Amino acid sequence: MAEDLYREVILDHYKNPRGHGVMEDADAQAEGVNPLCGDEVSIYVQFADDGETLEEVKFSGRGCAISQASTSMLMEMVVGKTASEIAGLPKEALLEEVGIPLTPVRLKCALLGLGVLKVALHRAKGTPLPDEWAGLDELELT
Amino acid sequence: MVVTARTSLDAQKLRADFPIFEQEIHGKPLAYLDSAVTSQKPRQVLDAMRDFYETSNANVHRGVYTLSERATEAFEGARQKVADFVNAPDVREVIFTRQATEALNLVAYAWGLNNLGPGDLVVVTELEHHSNFVPWQYMAEKTGAGFRMLHVNEDGELDLSGLDEAARDGNVKVVAANLVSNALGTINPIEKLAAWAHAQGAIMVVDGAQAAPHHPVDVQALGCDFFALSAHKMCGPTGVGALWGRREILEAMEPFNLGGHMISKVRYESTTWGELPHKFEAGTSPIAEAVGLGAAIDYLNEVGIEAIEAHEQELAAVALERLGEIEGVTLYGPPADRRAGIVSFNVEGIHPHDVAQVLDSEGVAIRAGHHCCQPLMTRLAVAATNRASFYLYSVPEEIDRLVEGVQKTRKIFG
Ligand SMILES: Cc1ncc(COP(=O)(O)O)c(C=O)c1O
Repeated sequence: MAEDLYREVILDHYKNPRGHGVMEDADAQAEGVNPLCGDEVSIYVQFADDGETLEEVKFSGRGCAISQASTSMLMEMVVGKTASEIAGLPKEALLEEVGIPLTPVRLKCALLGLGVLKVALHRAKGTPLPDEWAGLDELELT
Repeated sequence: MVVTARTSLDAQKLRADFPIFEQEIHGKPLAYLDSAVTSQKPRQVLDAMRDFYETSNANVHRGVYTLSERATEAFEGARQKVADFVNAPDVREVIFTRQATEALNLVAYAWGLNNLGPGDLVVVTELEHHSNFVPWQYMAEKTGAGFRMLHVNEDGELDLSGLDEAARDGNVKVVAANLVSNALGTINPIEKLAAWAHAQGAIMVVDGAQAAPHHPVDVQALGCDFFALSAHKMCGPTGVGALWGRREILEAMEPFNLGGHMISKVRYESTTWGELPHKFEAGTSPIAEAVGLGAAIDYLNEVGIEAIEAHEQELAAVALERLGEIEGVTLYGPPADRRAGIVSFNVEGIHPHDVAQVLDSEGVAIRAGHHCCQPLMTRLAVAATNRASFYLYSVPEEIDRLVEGVQKTRKIFG
């Protein structure tokens, strides 16, 4: 049960998050919270010379193992992809990577990072933001 | 108030009254340690509601037929039980609402909108649940009044020395506080706050949602002007709560919701309001739910509120001690002898949601989150805490399982 959820790869990403840190002069940036449990994620993107390809991504934040590990996995998934590819990236792709059974509440934790990244690209590049993520864009953070 | 001499209870025996404990969660007996958010319901309450629907169901105060009279009697009987339970001087001062939140909104809107303005101050506490914080913050903003917050000290107890500072630049018109904090279990000195509020010419609004289920309530001794409670936290059903208010204030107030039942005369030109409590009970009330609340009060009186409180305090003391022995556990709130049956804690390096998730797999239900108390979480410098809360049916073995679960969580996250 608990062992399925907190399988080794999740704990590994949680304890050793990939791409963890803050980027001073990011080309695209957004932050989001999951008001239910207080997970916070900020994502920073630097584009390659083509202005499209994600050359470097970083994230910072705090929260539960699911939110932080899934964002860490996301960082590995998206480097080298283009902004429009990520705008079209279905949430299932990330969930498959995360690979654990999630209840609706925990699903929100797992998808926070992806939503924030989509918002960041939407703001910087005008890539489409499907309705399900629109709420994150409206959140005002202080 | 019904005075009960009973000082101890047999939780194991009482559990038999609660059908929910007959099941297993993930193959383990249910350890329900989240009664602060909502309590479980005894058969006596479920039966009373079923019996009402099967034998007395009709709308109240409307029909001239027998059934309607029977329903009215049951509904008004429940009102009397609430009045007795909080020691209200007059049964007409008890208004049925949907829950404590609606009761507090009733005061914020119906009193606040007409009595607050620029130069006035609303004082709340850092311990407030959002339902006694946000309505006042909103109403202050709407009316131009100032909004002040009384802070807590390191133990999570209100620092009353901040009161005069809070009152420095305006006329305090409202002081709003809970009697028992749902996040930390702190029991607040309402008598002192009420005396101070009245000295300022302010009203004292008490959120009793977390107190009524566990702590003897006497609104006259508290000296408050309003007191809100929710049935679902005190063995009753969801969908009903109550507001007690001082009659002179209620009578002077404008109504809150408008519509059927709350009127005296309706003409094209204008409408006059009904008498208390009907003035504040527009529309069809949650009748069967009120009957359920009445049955819940009977049940609590039978067990004995003092006995319930003593039982929970004992469990909280054990939980504090046992959890405190675990490495990396931080406890929040006052010492055991000054708190209700609520224990908030964090485990170093592990988010509360992860702790609660592992505990769930062991059949142990605790709360993980901000407990609708974000200002307090900010003060504690945490995003969330774990919270175990106890009730009359909680048993020491559940604390053993809580402690084992926390240890298991630490192992997984090792
Ligand atoms: C102290 C306190 N006030 C108010 C509430 C709100 O109760 P309800 O949602 O029943 O209105 C709660 C419930 O969590 C509470 O603990």
